[in-house]
Amino acid sequence: MPEPGTGRGDQLLTVDGVRVAIGGGRTEAVHGVSFEVRRGEAVGIVGESGSGKTLVCRSVLGVLAPGCAVTAGTIDFAGTSLVGLPRRAWEQLRGTRISAVFQDPASYLNPSQTVGHQLAEQLRVKVGKPRREARTAAVALFDAMGLHEPERVYHQYPHELSGGMLQRVVLAIAVSGEPELLVADEATTALDVTIQAEVLELLGRLRRERGLAVLAVSHDLAVIAELCDRVLVFYAGELVETGPTAEVLDSPRHPYTEALLRVASVGDWDRRTPDVIDGEPPPVGAEIRGCRFADRCDFAAPQCRSGPVPLTEQAPDRAVRCVRASEIALSGAGAIGAGAAV
Amino acid sequence: MTNTDLADTDLADTDLADTELTDDGRATTGRAATGVAATGVGDTGTGTVAVPQTELLRVEGLGLSFPRPGGGRRVRVLDDVDLSVRAGELVGVIGETGSGKTTLARAIAGLGAPDAGRVLLDGVDISRLRGRAQRDFRRSGALQFVFQDPLRALDPDLTIGASIAEGLAITGTGTRASRAEQVSDALRRVGLDPAVADRLPAQISGGQRQRASIARAVIGRPRLLLCDEPVSALDASNRNHILRLLDGLRRQLEVGIVLISHDLSSLAGIADRVVVLYRGRVVEDGPIADVFSRPQHPYTALLIASAPSVRRQDRLDPASLRPAAGADPGADSDSDGAARRSAGGCVFAHRCRFATHACAETPPRRAVAGRPAGEWAAACHHVETWRDQVTGSTAILKESSA
Ligand SMILES: Nc1ncnc2c1ncn2[C@@H]1O[C@H](COP(=O)(O)OP(=O)(O)OP(=O)(O)O)[C@@H](O)[C@H]1O
Ligand SMILES: Nc1ncnc2c1ncn2[C@@H]1O[C@H](COP(=O)(O)OP(=O)(O)O)[C@@H](O)[C@H]1O
Ligand code: SF4
Ligand code: SF4
Ligand SMILES: [Mg+2]
Ligand SMILES: [Mg+2]
Repeated sequence: MPEPGTGRGDQLLTVDGVRVAIGGGRTEAVHGVSFEVRRGEAVGIVGESGSGKTLVCRSVLGVLAPGCAVTAGTIDFAGTSLVGLPRRAWEQLRGTRISAVFQDPASYLNPSQTVGHQLAEQLRVKVGKPRREARTAAVALFDAMGLHEPERVYHQYPHELSGGMLQRVVLAIAVSGEPELLVADEATTALDVTIQAEVLELLGRLRRERGLAVLAVSHDLAVIAELCDRVLVFYAGELVETGPTAEVLDSPRHPYTEALLRVASVGDWDRRTPDVIDGEPPPVGAEIRGCRFADRCDFAAPQCRSGPVPLTEQAPDRAVRCVRASEIALSGAGAIGAGAAV
Repeated sequence: MTNTDLADTDLADTDLADTELTDDGRATTGRAATGVAATGVGDTGTGTVAVPQTELLRVEGLGLSFPRPGGGRRVRVLDDVDLSVRAGELVGVIGETGSGKTTLARAIAGLGAPDAGRVLLDGVDISRLRGRAQRDFRRSGALQFVFQDPLRALDPDLTIGASIAEGLAITGTGTRASRAEQVSDALRRVGLDPAVADRLPAQISGGQRQRASIARAVIGRPRLLLCDEPVSALDASNRNHILRLLDGLRRQLEVGIVLISHDLSSLAGIADRVVVLYRGRVVEDGPIADVFSRPQHPYTALLIASAPSVRRQDRLDPASLRPAAGADPGADSDSDGAARRSAGGCVFAHRCRFATHACAETPPRRAVAGRPAGEWAAACHHVETWRDQVTGSTAILKESSA
């Protein structure tokens, strides 16, 4: 259940003006993104495929693919600057203070070792638990992740487990070092909907019980709505709107956010037709003078294309990148309760 | 992963030979192309459309099992599955990973050996065609597949246009120029710029690739389209684009569509009926609006309650439909279906909050009270009573059925 952040000024992660280039530095795919994640807070990034969500996550984790690099901006994690952090320093951080789960859990596990062994190793190496203790702790952690018969699971190999069970195993490994921040990039996207609901509940519980902060990514606003206190809407490598989840869903200020709401899962079973966002996002690296969304925007006017559109703070925690934000009327998702069903 | 092993290259390669297509196809295409991606097509709404009554596909009592890797009793993957699709109708099949959706689609296409039941297309059993009869049937192109991964239907080394035209070329239909014209028509029909024909699959986006694979499937004017999770790999907007495209195609081409999905919300707004599969059995099937607003089976209700939503009022807490913590230590909600399936009994019992001793017997599929046989049915011993045991917001369960 989204809980209010523990107040301003308690920043855990501060991303400031980050630009990411791909293709060996020739093409800029993320154009100066700034946001913060506070201790214990869940922040969600939502946006279409290719909008730069994963590049931002990978920048935060220091695991950008070869040929991709942060070319400007700073990333601060609890006082440590992460851009250009030496490998050794990362070793101290990743898996213990920052960890991650991705869409395909199987590819982050060693297929030839039992999942229990892999978790116990993590507990031994990263947390420094003696061998026997690590084993007991691993079983307990599997149990805490909602895996039934954790003793049996301990001795199983990745291929013997379903996708949902694997994601719980990876989550167990991710939280074994008691991290302060978990980055979850499409962590539930590949799961069956009933299992997705269970894993989202598990993430909610980990937040409550461990004070874990979460940076979650999904292309489906509905998933972010279930999990996150605040939402960051990405479009074509830019942050176009941000605010508390309930506010953004209730009264979006950016036309693209409204469009995402229309295409999100709404649980509205007698909806007439699935809505779409017409057109395509601009290609990565496209030189665009004004608003990057203008070609697809119903509200586009000449002033939208005349120059760069700044992200404008509207209220504390609430900002939007649209020159016409104050004069257009957009519709929200309807009444939104503050809490998910967790 | 299983899907890749099951690749039916022969199916993907054999199709598309309707000699009457050129004239016929071009005429309809001209009319249709404008509508597909535009708002007009989908707006008809499912409830209001008169679905043609001719039955196209009828699956009866289909059963299929696989040998167990280590020997021993075979693993039953489909059990007594019934399904019917009329021309122009869009039927959703929903089920979780391993529930048998792909196996069902493959069995309908004559790939896989059912050990019970029949698959009738226009009254002819196509599940056991062999040799020449099978080849002729495939050549007829009456049945086409659309896969989750469009790259399975599109050769990475061939241009999009060549892939789409492949089937026509193989059977030597028409001249080169008329084939190119048909490809352009097919591309327009799926809302793509005909210029895309000259690109390679790697040079277009995932959503565009899926459109291209649909163009490939419909160019030969099939009667039945089997779509196996065609939108699972796409983002929300692209997903809806493809769904609307399919909805438009079944109206324009009168093609019957089986749309397989693990995501209920993909079916809302476009499917006429839905078949809910759990561990190889149909646990509920009926008109989609009825099933969604008043699910009769506890598993259907769990699916609906679990779907994430940007609107949460009146939503049922999925936890109120799961077994109470510690109630059944053997229940493993996401362990591999077929492997752990116990013999006999309700397939859903291991995850069902409402299971009783009665559930050790397989529940028969029974028509919902007040509905004619074949319209809406569920397989649960406690259809009438399980709802009363749910606490919390039960709006989705209490809504009266029409
Ligand atoms: N390793 C890479 N090399 C080249 N281009 C890349 C690389 N990684 C990402 N890109 C490009 O950068 C852009 C942003 O990619 P990113 O993966 O961050 O998108 P995303 O928002 O996570 O999308 P999705 O929802 O599809 O995961 C895309 O155009 C993508 O093609
Ligand atoms: N060729 C095969 N040999 C053995 N088992 C199979 C084969 N194909 C599928 N299965 C099994 O049948 C069950 C249903 O699989 P499938 O039809 O692919 O499900 P779905 O498409 O619903 O995910 C699974 O348990 C799967 O492992
Ligand atoms: S700036 Fe103009 S084009 Fe861009 S989102 Fe706002 S109204 Fe639309
Ligand atoms: S038959 Fe029994 S176990 Fe099966 S769904 Fe109904 S109540 Fe649950
Ligand atoms: Mg991504
Ligand atoms: Mg499948």
